[in-house]
Amino acid sequence: MALLSRKGTLFMLFLFSIFLLSASASNGSGEEEEEEFWEELLLKPLPDRKVLSHFHFQNEAPLSDSFARHHHLFPKSIAQLVKKFHIKAMELSFTQGRWNYERWGGFDPISSHNAKPPGVELWAVFDVPPHQVDASWKDLTHALSGLFCASINFLESSTTYSAPKWTFQSALGSLRYGTLPREAVCTENLTPWLKLLPCRDKAGLSALMDRPSIYKSFYHSQRLHLTQAKTGADPKNSRVVLEQTLTVVLQPNILTGGTNYVSEAKMQPSWSLSSIFGRKINVERGLVTQLENLQSSTATFAANGTNLDDFGRNVGFELSVNPDRVLKEVEKSSSILYEYPIKVHKDSEQFDLGITWKHPVIWSTPHAPLYASRFLMGSGNERGAIAICMKSTESTQGLVAANYVDQRCNFQVNVLQIVPWYIKVYYHTLQLFVDEKPQVLTDFVERMRVSPSEDKVSPGLMELVLKLPCEVKSAVLNIEFDKGFLHIDEYPPDANQGFDIPSAIISFPDFNAGLQFSDNSISKTPMLSKLQERSPVISYTEVLLVPLTTPDFSMPYNVITITCTVFALYFGSLLNALRRRVGEEERCLNDKGNTQLFQFLHPKTQVT
Amino acid sequence: MFHSVICSESRKLIAQYMLGLDAEVTYHNFYPQLNQFHPLHFFTSPDSSIISKNISCASIGMNTVGIIRAPRGDGKEAIVLVTPYNPKKVVLGEALSLGVAYSVFSLLSRVTWLAKDIIWLVADSQYGEYSSVSAWLREYQAPQFHRVVVNSETCNESSTIEGKLYSGFRRAGTIAAALVVKVAEDGNHFDDSLNIYAEASNGQMPNLDLINIVNYLAVHKQHLRIKVSKMWSLLGSKWLNTLGVVLECIGQYARRLNPQWKFGIPANEYVEGTATLASSMYYQGLGVPTGPHGAFRDYQVDAITVEISPKVSPTKMNRHIDFIFRGGRLIEGVVRSINNLLEKFHQSFFLYLLTSPSKFVSVGVYMIPFALLGAPLPIVAASLYMFSSKTTPQAPVASEVDFSLESWKWINSAKKVFVIHLWGVAVSLLPYFLCRIPGLTPTNNLTVWGSFAVLSLVILFSMLGYPTSVAVPSEAEKREWANLKSVTLSATFIGLSLMSVINFATAEIGALLIVPFCLMARPLMLDIQARSMRTLLLATCNLALGFIAFPPCAFLLLKSAFDSSGGYNISDYWNWMESLWAWNSATYLYIGIVHLPCWALCIHILFHPS
Repeated sequence: MALLSRKGTLFMLFLFSIFLLSASASNGSGEEEEEEFWEELLLKPLPDRKVLSHFHFQNEAPLSDSFARHHHLFPKSIAQLVKKFHIKAMELSFTQGRWNYERWGGFDPISSHNAKPPGVELWAVFDVPPHQVDASWKDLTHALSGLFCASINFLESSTTYSAPKWTFQSALGSLRYGTLPREAVCTENLTPWLKLLPCRDKAGLSALMDRPSIYKSFYHSQRLHLTQAKTGADPKNSRVVLEQTLTVVLQPNILTGGTNYVSEAKMQPSWSLSSIFGRKINVERGLVTQLENLQSSTATFAANGTNLDDFGRNVGFELSVNPDRVLKEVEKSSSILYEYPIKVHKDSEQFDLGITWKHPVIWSTPHAPLYASRFLMGSGNERGAIAICMKSTESTQGLVAANYVDQRCNFQVNVLQIVPWYIKVYYHTLQLFVDEKPQVLTDFVERMRVSPSEDKVSPGLMELVLKLPCEVKSAVLNIEFDKGFLHIDEYPPDANQGFDIPSAIISFPDFNAGLQFSDNSISKTPMLSKLQERSPVISYTEVLLVPLTTPDFSMPYNVITITCTVFALYFGSLLNALRRRVGEEERCLNDKGNTQLFQFLHPKTQVT
Repeated sequence: MFHSVICSESRKLIAQYMLGLDAEVTYHNFYPQLNQFHPLHFFTSPDSSIISKNISCASIGMNTVGIIRAPRGDGKEAIVLVTPYNPKKVVLGEALSLGVAYSVFSLLSRVTWLAKDIIWLVADSQYGEYSSVSAWLREYQAPQFHRVVVNSETCNESSTIEGKLYSGFRRAGTIAAALVVKVAEDGNHFDDSLNIYAEASNGQMPNLDLINIVNYLAVHKQHLRIKVSKMWSLLGSKWLNTLGVVLECIGQYARRLNPQWKFGIPANEYVEGTATLASSMYYQGLGVPTGPHGAFRDYQVDAITVEISPKVSPTKMNRHIDFIFRGGRLIEGVVRSINNLLEKFHQSFFLYLLTSPSKFVSVGVYMIPFALLGAPLPIVAASLYMFSSKTTPQAPVASEVDFSLESWKWINSAKKVFVIHLWGVAVSLLPYFLCRIPGLTPTNNLTVWGSFAVLSLVILFSMLGYPTSVAVPSEAEKREWANLKSVTLSATFIGLSLMSVINFATAEIGALLIVPFCLMARPLMLDIQARSMRTLLLATCNLALGFIAFPPCAFLLLKSAFDSSGGYNISDYWNWMESLWAWNSATYLYIGIVHLPCWALCIHILFHPS
């Protein structure tokens, strides 16, 4: 069977499994008042021997009028937040590590929604008049900063956030977007996030979150997504949906001893829930009413002509628990989803799903239409350039092959680039190279929105809508900048490390990240519907580090020391000269001498 | 054909090893850069657009680059390891350096503490180590998006042998520091030791902390002897040893007087320190990078070359594993230290001269001798000007108009000095045309160059009206040399000050050669007329200094003094100058535009008819 992995056999596969658990509570005052909660886990083996695990918790509650209202499942603090700041939608993510778009894919809903730039990213849409948006944003950042033990309050300054129009859900209204690329993410951010769950990490899927194994991961992103869903015409009927997701990419322990570099046919490591997380799922818990588990896998067999029907024999792995339901993806990659509702396994005390690979399998995940990378050019402390380089992947090549043979085919690429004000970007120097040839911008740029940075007030923002031909091989955007000088108190700590330029966002509205499963009839869990949701493909580029000129920070100290010495000498001598009276001093001395003499002569008079 | 198969096979093997470690691997093709004289490229960064037309696929160099992404890092910074390696002629030293780098790389691919990405560049050194590294850096830092369509389409075939290799150029953040690892080819018979090379172009040095890290880890952790280059001929010189002994005695005596005074150092340490200092100054002054690390400094990245030199030659070495283990631990330690830094190297010394691997002379100290050398120049110039303006109005009738004209007399001399400097510029640009003529040997080139220089100088003097000794010079003409000398001194001072900003070591060496001559120069005629013992001595001194300060003579004298291997040829001078302009060294400009004209002017003063 090792033949499968030899050249000539392109063997694509991806596979995930979902746990689902939902609870609903009703306080008896009508259908709209019902609160609902689901929890699901999706596991997906990645081509580079790692495992993606994606926890998805969804909490839904009606929006009440009073601030004091207590919910059964929904976190009160979030409800108050929504109420107070009139949030229509909001997303907050804490990320450590980088999503590897090349190996882990960029065309599925997981990567499109959960691959985030390192650090903190926050966007929010407010339902307030335009002049109040900034004020609401500032209050919101402070509130979130307190809630999540993070320095989100630094997003309050107008130099850190901006208002992009085309990249995010622009239809919703006044949006603000800000990132903190240097924010360190750790367990103190996870604990408040878990607090929002009905049972914290005491029961249910979150009990799996073993801190050491989660923070040992190659990618770690916790996300909080808030939306207001209107059920009827009446605005009072709106419900708040809180989605909490945790995406981690883990390396299962490899049991084989010797590592051999020539092992071309690398076995995928076999794993189980307990070997990844070190814990199992306990079914017998109070809140847990249902627990489902989905698992899916797909295979396209290129050369050996195996069709999908008998994948069970050929995929080359074995599952320790039989799935309840198998769903096949039909449109893009034909992946397969195995579903495990936990209620089936109620009899067994603990649920431990495992996968055992029988022979080596090589596959690749679908990539975003263009693989984007961004880098800095130039050196020195004076000027430089930012280049965004986009290379075509198999997705665009497939597009060319599939349709539009007769007519000219284009696809849209949206680019959002935000630069801090101390990077003074010259927008007129924007150059576009398509297939390594310089091009006139207007031929490819459909729309462009630039708001230049204002010193110490606002960052620069550039949004581009590009129309690229489908057969494009590479496209490079290049823009030059000057490095600014900062005032000494504007330098952050560790200024000599350099300054961050937040990730650019590249989105492809013409491509749909959602998956299409074979039977849509069966009841959908929130995650399943999230996977099927039509959404544009989004990818983030790297964070850049620009070294700026830094002063010698010990200089003020030296100046202060010298000035203080001079002042001390001056005032000291002046005061001394003013206060000293020669005659009086002499008299004092004489008096003192007399009394001492007196004491010496009459020691008995000394009083103790 | 056989060679190219071996090349691609060895590249494939390296790429295979890198892929086995889960690294991202790419090949980087580059065209060898030809050494050409670019008059305007002395202070600009190298340009990638110059690709000679007739380049075939066979002459393409190919670097292999492996990148390890830090598992939990944010990918903003990177550390570069470089191992130069010639696939056409594999020698054991290079293979061992690959082994050391691979062992470090494989360790780093597994560790959890990594915060910066690691780039391992296996530089194809068949066209020189420097050019491959600089080509890669150019692509990394300043790529050309607009490709010149050479016949590279067919050449790229070989770069994508394995389907898994991503075809594009890969990058990883801002480069924090770079380390070039080499293994010396022949054993040194003493002990395992480590050579550090740090000088980059125009005497730029990496941050001293980088050298300190390597020094500390090598000496205290791996017990390697660490070495920086020395002037070996100085070690044996008697007068230096004597000086050292004298200083040691003085130090001991001073300590006996006051135990607080601790300036005395042992004689052998003094001699070694001086030899190291001289070599450090020479290599900085030369302005030619001492290794591939120089390419990094052009992009403000701190880098050094670490050459591990084993006790026995690698071919006779029994235990390669031990050697790799020791070298690997050192490199790992250095990488780990840099990795743990939150900020890049800053606020430490960039301006220093090394006296030993752990000792240095900082800018504050070495400025003093230069300032002392330079300070007399403006003072003497001023006094000479005063002297000449005071003595001229001795003429019987001195009206107001005449006086004002007299005070502007220096304009004449300034004109002369200016023209001579223009001549210097012309002389230093001449090699640009000389290299265009094919089939000239270095000796021929030098002859043409020298004869042109002399001829043009003679023509210039005849045009300027060289005062002939036949006519009896007037009193004013007699004093003219003082004016000329005053302007020459000013010009020298300005030139030296400018050069000290660009390359301090060059200015210092140049000042040592030219300043005494400038100060001493006075017409020989005066000395001969006086015929006293003192003036004759002065004249001899002047002639000797004039001989020493002449650039080719200075070069040959220094070479014979410091280079023990015999065989001095005048064509060496041409080769030396050629290497200077090939590396865009500012020293070349200094010699052509400051040193040579000042020397010519001083010689002119020397033979002035007074």
